[in-house]
Amino acid sequence: MEFFRIRKDIPFMRHALVFNIISLITFLLAVFFLSTKGLHFSVEFTGGTLMEVSYAQAPDLRKIREQLESDGFVDPQVQNFGSSRDVLIRVPLTKGAESSKVGEQVMASLIKVGAGGTAPVVKPELKRVEFVGPQVGKELAEDGALALLLVVVGIMLYLAFRFEWRFALSAIIANMHDVVIILGFFAFFQWEFSLPVLAAVLAVLGYSVNESVVVFDRVRETFKKKRGMTTPQVLDHAITSTISRTIITHGSTQMMVTSMLIFGGAALHYFALALTIGILFGIYSSVLVASPLVMWLGVSREQFVKPKVEKQEAVV
Amino acid sequence: MNRYPLWKNATVLIALVLGLLYTLPNFFGEAPAVQVASVKSTHKVDAKLLAQVEAALKTASIVPQGMVLDLNSIRVRLADTDTQLKARDAIERALNPVAADASYSVALNLVSDSPNWLNSINALPMYLGLDLRGGVHFLLQVDMKGALTKRLDSIGADLRSLMRDKNIRHGGISREGQTVAIRFREAEIRDKARSVLADSQPDLELVDAQEGTDLKLVATLKPVAQKRIQEFAVKQNITTLHNRINELGVAEPVIQQQGIDRIVVQLPGVQDTAKAKDILGRTATLEVRMVDDEASANPSVMDQAARGQPPPGTEYYVERGGRGLLVKKQVVLTGERLTDAQPGFDNQTQEPAVHLSLDSAGARIFKDVTRESVGKRMAILLIEKGKGEVVTAPVIRTEIGGGRVQISGRMSTVEAHDVALLLRAGSLAAPMEIIEERTVGPSLGAENIAKGFSSTMWGFIAIAVFMMAYYLLFGVVSVFALSANLLFLVALLSLLQATLTLPGIAAIALTLGMAIDANVLINERVREELRGGNSPQAAITAGYERAWATILDSNITTLIAGIALLIFGSGPVRGFAVVHCLGILTSIFSSVVVSRALINLIYGRRRKLEAVSIGQVWKPGV
Repeated sequence: MEFFRIRKDIPFMRHALVFNIISLITFLLAVFFLSTKGLHFSVEFTGGTLMEVSYAQAPDLRKIREQLESDGFVDPQVQNFGSSRDVLIRVPLTKGAESSKVGEQVMASLIKVGAGGTAPVVKPELKRVEFVGPQVGKELAEDGALALLLVVVGIMLYLAFRFEWRFALSAIIANMHDVVIILGFFAFFQWEFSLPVLAAVLAVLGYSVNESVVVFDRVRETFKKKRGMTTPQVLDHAITSTISRTIITHGSTQMMVTSMLIFGGAALHYFALALTIGILFGIYSSVLVASPLVMWLGVSREQFVKPKVEKQEAVV
Repeated sequence: MNRYPLWKNATVLIALVLGLLYTLPNFFGEAPAVQVASVKSTHKVDAKLLAQVEAALKTASIVPQGMVLDLNSIRVRLADTDTQLKARDAIERALNPVAADASYSVALNLVSDSPNWLNSINALPMYLGLDLRGGVHFLLQVDMKGALTKRLDSIGADLRSLMRDKNIRHGGISREGQTVAIRFREAEIRDKARSVLADSQPDLELVDAQEGTDLKLVATLKPVAQKRIQEFAVKQNITTLHNRINELGVAEPVIQQQGIDRIVVQLPGVQDTAKAKDILGRTATLEVRMVDDEASANPSVMDQAARGQPPPGTEYYVERGGRGLLVKKQVVLTGERLTDAQPGFDNQTQEPAVHLSLDSAGARIFKDVTRESVGKRMAILLIEKGKGEVVTAPVIRTEIGGGRVQISGRMSTVEAHDVALLLRAGSLAAPMEIIEERTVGPSLGAENIAKGFSSTMWGFIAIAVFMMAYYLLFGVVSVFALSANLLFLVALLSLLQATLTLPGIAAIALTLGMAIDANVLINERVREELRGGNSPQAAITAGYERAWATILDSNITTLIAGIALLIFGSGPVRGFAVVHCLGILTSIFSSVVVSRALINLIYGRRRKLEAVSIGQVWKPGV
């Protein structure tokens, strides 16, 4: 089998401008949704209490919500999680209340819901409680931002050292654009942004940079080996000769992620979703965004094939 | 020719064997077990207790599958969960005859079911995080300001008695925020007080101040002292928590300091968070009281007392060693006056002893009491849950001044150490607050394992099928390398006993999905070389060599992201980062070295190699 039977280098760079405009639009859209809708942060970041309970029969969510509200919980969120019998309840932090006791109070309310109806008393099974105090949430958000910064700086330094600053800069711009787009998706659909999602975003950042690295490796090799090609031609050649591996690799990783999406259940859902978006945009951005950027930044043969400098005797 | 030197092949082989060996325990699963640990640090877990447990099981005619005695617990492996429950009850009855006053915790646990020879080379199954096995996780914040306030309060009391001892007249001592202020009428007296304080209280920084007509001396704790007090507070709180959690009967609790002022408590298997919280927040105190020697010496009074009718004004206690005694209700000293307790030796007899340090107010009381009661006995009690236990009841030989008290007599070094710990750990040094809590039910944990496992399995199968169909024999080699990667990763996780969480399992899956990249790179490169007209042998060599630089670069960038997560991640994300980083390292080895070794084994020896099985190599124009 050979999927990619490419006779000539595909002239990607001829359409560089188009790709960059598409990128810019998606990027701006993502930024727009991020700033208007904002991210739907999980309890880990905002602080509060999250509980997962499981009923023998599907409960009436509206009743649970009403009971919680009448028991003095401000703005409780009640929703199904995974199946109609599993319920996820989120209670924001309230000032003054002894926050670490919220879990027990919510359970008390839930039992009341069961007792009030005509149906026999249904006591839900408590599957999970998560309580996060306000100081922890703030720290997590800060740590997350620091981790992102460390990744960006670390990767840039490494690429600048291994290649050239132009490559470092364009690779990081291309991949930050991925990160912003993933976040944009999370903002637009109001998917829950939790710690595992943050981990996925950072993992994707490292992973798609490696995509750009593969292309750049080829660019460097082509510059060194083949003379008489213009910069766009070199880039086209590099992308064309790596495109099959790019798609196969991403396809393989995506198989794994899809499997997580199917079998991983609700706990891994958003994690896998972030990876999926990251992988799809990763292919696009590292090939079709990073390379044009390198071109605009003015990469050329001379930067790789160092002219021999004649040694000069020091004049004493 | 594509041949590996012997040492390289040997390395691969050894790595694979080791990988297999350390992965093995994960397949054996876990067997039900009963774990016995000591609740009171005065009771030791030793061979004697092991014999006791053995005897208890024999009487109940339960045959254990195996018994292990380690540093602080005994684990009895049992055939099934029914016998596990029976054995628990049997052991419980034998070791804790009085349920309300348990000396040992007898908890249900799981132990690795792998054969002993695996255990003896330290091959254990992966350590599962709370989200996979179920349990409670608490993050507690130690109130450092509270620790300082508490200390300043007791310093205030010290200063009062110091001023009285030195006959310095002052207009009141009070704690104002994080300072202690002493008021004076005259400057001379203040000067005198300052010089006295400078000598006796080296931890205090003294500043003159004036308020209206009053002259003040404002004392603050020096930064070094503050730091020491805070460190001590966290350490003592951890010790206290340890002692309390032992009572919960948790099989493998984790209690660790996190950062400067936080304590992580993880209780696997515990579901009752309310009870856990109650126990974590409880306070225990130390009390010193006098023994009613006359009544204690009277057998008939003692008989009555043992039946629950002690003479008025006294309480009946059983001393360690089993002898009963009557203790007066009047409290001489409380644990608040105790500043430290350390194990040591008696200066004269060289017997093991516990050295207590009292604060100055406590020292004065102690001096007065001991002077009046030479020859009498004094009981030191630990009060917990409103219930007291006489730790020791020594005879007072002489007046004891200076606030340094020694408890000795019929104690082993170990006992002295334990008593010191018990006294130190009696109460919390600073208030604590729960700032994070995670409870995961056992059913959810099992569900998470199943989900994580099936995601990884199906993903792996999909990749394997694709690789083998697309690259044929090279694909098979790639899949073998990927399996080796999984093997190494699991072995490494088992060996390091790193905590595996659900995000950790996701990281295993993701790492495998990314690791195949290296093999794709290599295979594509080999095809390209073949397309370019190279001979198969040359194509293999060139393919691997050229792909190497790219593989290294791409893995390093991924590793940078992994390390950033490792540094800044906490909780479940750290579990992800650990697996991710380890996976990147193992994947470099397995995808490059292991797969090459296999390819060399298959093709390397053939001099005239016409073609390799890497799938169709399409050439343009053909």
